[in-house]
Amino acid sequence: MKIFYNGDPREVQSTTLDSLLVELGLEGQAVATAVNGDFVPRSLRTQQCLNEEDRIEVVAPMQGG
Amino acid sequence: MQTLSVHLLPNTAGCYSVKEAVTTAHMARELFDTPWIKLEVIGHSDTLQPDPFGLVEAAKILCEEGFEVFPYTTEDLVLAERLVEVGCRVLMPWGAPIGSGLGLNNPYGLRSLRHYFPDIPLVVDAGIGLPSHAAQAMELGYDAILLNTAVAKAGDPVQMAKAFALAVEAGRSAYQASPMEPRDMASPSTPVIGKAWL
Repeated sequence: MKIFYNGDPREVQSTTLDSLLVELGLEGQAVATAVNGDFVPRSLRTQQCLNEEDRIEVVAPMQGG
Repeated sequence: MQTLSVHLLPNTAGCYSVKEAVTTAHMARELFDTPWIKLEVIGHSDTLQPDPFGLVEAAKILCEEGFEVFPYTTEDLVLAERLVEVGCRVLMPWGAPIGSGLGLNNPYGLRSLRHYFPDIPLVVDAGIGLPSHAAQAMELGYDAILLNTAVAKAGDPVQMAKAFALAVEAGRSAYQASPMEPRDMASPSTPVIGKAWL
């Protein structure tokens, strides 16, 4: 299935958000997630199904001003 | 970061729409476990100036959801009033465009905000390039300075950070000491009594 991961197209096997994080090697890391522009809390990632062309944002802390 | 025992202020830097900013705020709240959010809704890609309309809309949504919104705003008084009306308890007007280092482009507008919002914490956010700019803002009665580029891009960031700390302390002390009123004409500071008549 093709999704957009942080803006870049990518082929993935996962069909839920939590399994996608495992597939991307991000399991257990301090990240926040959004699907198609809507925030998905950590507690709801297992229920969040993924569909073709979904836009997935995975954000990690970074410094700035 | 939690072991440092500091208050973290996540922000919505780079967001151009209300939806982006609100979603980013939700993500930040979960990541950093804080209701604080610096709200940026950018309206122009060259000047990075805030979109005042989107800013008020996003601030209203986030305040209603229990966020403590620190809005990155202009020095516009009416916009500031709207932000306070929707629940902001802090205002963060720019001095100049983000990363420009130009200092306080509109001291009159910033002074006016201080006058009209004596009880709202005011932070100059953006445009500060030199410690003297920070001191000037503090002399106007501002409560704090938010800066990044002026330190990050200095040749010696650690020394520059120390210089800013001194400038902020000096400016704050000067404000608390009630500065003299400037005047156009000279005024002798040495008493005439006791002066020799030659």
